[in-house]
Amino acid sequence: MLNKKNKKIDIIALFVIVALLFAVDIIAEMVAPRTSLFFSVVKKSCVYALVAVSMNLLNGFTGLFSLGQAGFMLIGAYTYAILTIPSEMRDSVYQYFDGGLVKNPIPWPLALIVAGLIAGIFAFLIGLPVLRLKSDYLAIATLGFAEIIRAFVQWDKFGPLTNGSNLLRGYPTFDSLATDWFGSPKFSSTIALAITVLCVLLIVLFINSTYGRALKAIRDDEIAAEAMGINLASHKQISFIISSFFAGIGGALLAMHQSTIQATAFKSAMTYEILLIVVVGGIGSISGSCIASFLYIAASEWWLRGLDSGSFLGIESSLFRGGFRKVVFSVIIMIIVLFFRQGIMGDKEFSLSRIIEKIKRKKKTPEKKTEKKEVVTK
Amino acid sequence: MNFAAFIQKNLPYILAGISVGGQYALIAIGYTMVYGILRLINFAHGDIFMVAGLVMVYTSASLPIYVAMPIVLVSTVILGVLIEKLAYKPLRTAPRMSVMISAIGVSYLIQNLALYITGGLPQTYPKIPYISDTISVFGAATKRVTVITPILTLVLIVVLVLLIKYTKIGIAMRAVSKDFETSQLMGVKINKVISMTFVIGSFLAAVGSLLYFTNYTSVMPTSGAMPGLKAFVAAVFGGIGSIPGAVVGAFIIGICENIIKGAGLTTFSDAFTFALLIVILCVKPTGIFGEKNIDKV
Repeated sequence: MLNKKNKKIDIIALFVIVALLFAVDIIAEMVAPRTSLFFSVVKKSCVYALVAVSMNLLNGFTGLFSLGQAGFMLIGAYTYAILTIPSEMRDSVYQYFDGGLVKNPIPWPLALIVAGLIAGIFAFLIGLPVLRLKSDYLAIATLGFAEIIRAFVQWDKFGPLTNGSNLLRGYPTFDSLATDWFGSPKFSSTIALAITVLCVLLIVLFINSTYGRALKAIRDDEIAAEAMGINLASHKQISFIISSFFAGIGGALLAMHQSTIQATAFKSAMTYEILLIVVVGGIGSISGSCIASFLYIAASEWWLRGLDSGSFLGIESSLFRGGFRKVVFSVIIMIIVLFFRQGIMGDKEFSLSRIIEKIKRKKKTPEKKTEKKEVVTK
Repeated sequence: MNFAAFIQKNLPYILAGISVGGQYALIAIGYTMVYGILRLINFAHGDIFMVAGLVMVYTSASLPIYVAMPIVLVSTVILGVLIEKLAYKPLRTAPRMSVMISAIGVSYLIQNLALYITGGLPQTYPKIPYISDTISVFGAATKRVTVITPILTLVLIVVLVLLIKYTKIGIAMRAVSKDFETSQLMGVKINKVISMTFVIGSFLAAVGSLLYFTNYTSVMPTSGAMPGLKAFVAAVFGGIGSIPGAVVGAFIIGICENIIKGAGLTTFSDAFTFALLIVILCVKPTGIFGEKNIDKV
């Protein structure tokens, strides 16, 4: 009974939080000036939150240590861009490749899904050989695949499709969509938030399904899970494909956030960044990944900006020049990695019912003590 | 095309490949020894290699080369040991993945620090007299470093193998890599052995960096990442934990990579290395010289 009640509280809390997020974002969009960094931070942290959650699905919930996220993001971003660049833009974008192979764009929501699907198909093919490997070998093999994908995308023989090592631009972005719908780039961050919330909710549903529970069993003990009748190979494969599907959509969203996209940006450094977000948020916690990606992006792009430009919190120093922010930032991350290994949330989810229970328990404990004292005095 | 013609045509690339292979071998030993003992992919190793390059740039700006070179070696060794003490030692009892994440964090930190210090600009690498001179080998013009690298690499490796085989610390190292816990019970001072591993690994990386950057004009904060990863692939290819394996793997990767570059497919020279890695991992996961590992329940 109590469990059911708690579940209800948590679901309601989830909806309230999502509603609050949207409310804050919409109010900010109406009040704050367009130049505020807040909007760019919201958009970018939405993208990173989705990719971090998708990585967490693999690393935190299935126990597969994969470092291929940047590769799948690359596939997603390119698929999206290739499929949606308007016909009239193609000649100028693909100026070295006669307007490219694909001539007619498809609507952007469809392109988003296709971006995920293509990433998923690649994940299926890559997963066949790679998923048999264990822990750090798997990590290095997936990292290798991401690099191979990047090399192929940049190959000029594929130029008519991928534009070689030149950048892709002109596809619909958050700003251009908002301009189409509302007449100005206002509410562009709300679109990003909406897509991310939808995707993250889908992942949460997946994790709470029987499949999700099987994945957790695999993470905790592969052999025991296998003995309980879980097909290891197929479950790992499913987890890998779904994670890559959402990483692909995340890549497409990144393309929508930036107005141009180029393969050189998707280096292993990007994967490391996302991995660090997952670690800071807590491996195995979806809410942790979301909170961490907002904090990570906001700190690196917004709050610590003063460290690069000379004055921070009113302190001025010649130490504060280009790049100092990142140094401070990586020191903070190292401290978290070394001394707060649990990250922000550990492997727990944000849950209102647990907080309520904690408060109740705190209230109860002092009462008990007083009772005991009474007994003693009597 | 017969074999001799192939060799004749690709001679400059093969020479460059042997040279690069020797440099990869020196880095790969650091990976393979650390992995052998701690079961850790030391992602920061490539960045240690890069820092050695930067130290050379800064010290040689104010000091003569023959003073700068020992400083490079010593400071790289200190950095390597320091990283072990600060970032890996506190996690000795933690799960393996935490240590690997810590290594990635260290790599991120070093790169950002280097970015801050250099201001993001490529730093011109000084010309080291004698080894930067141009000579001709079998009619192919090349730098003297091309010839020196494989010789120096082999000498260093022979010394290292002797060290591991006959000295007390070497025996301790082998014991620890066989069984971490038992050797600890037998009175092997684990921390000393691990520090020594990092000393050797960093020293060889510093030597490798002196040779490697001679072939390039500049050092950048990110220039350690790729050679680092390739050296790691070489270590896996040869069978991780095995020093001769790492050396053979490094030479094979160095030569293949340069032949691919020579064939005009530069985009794929990096991709090839990883493709090779994946094939090896799928066909023979323990590498060509690796010991077979059986997992027990």
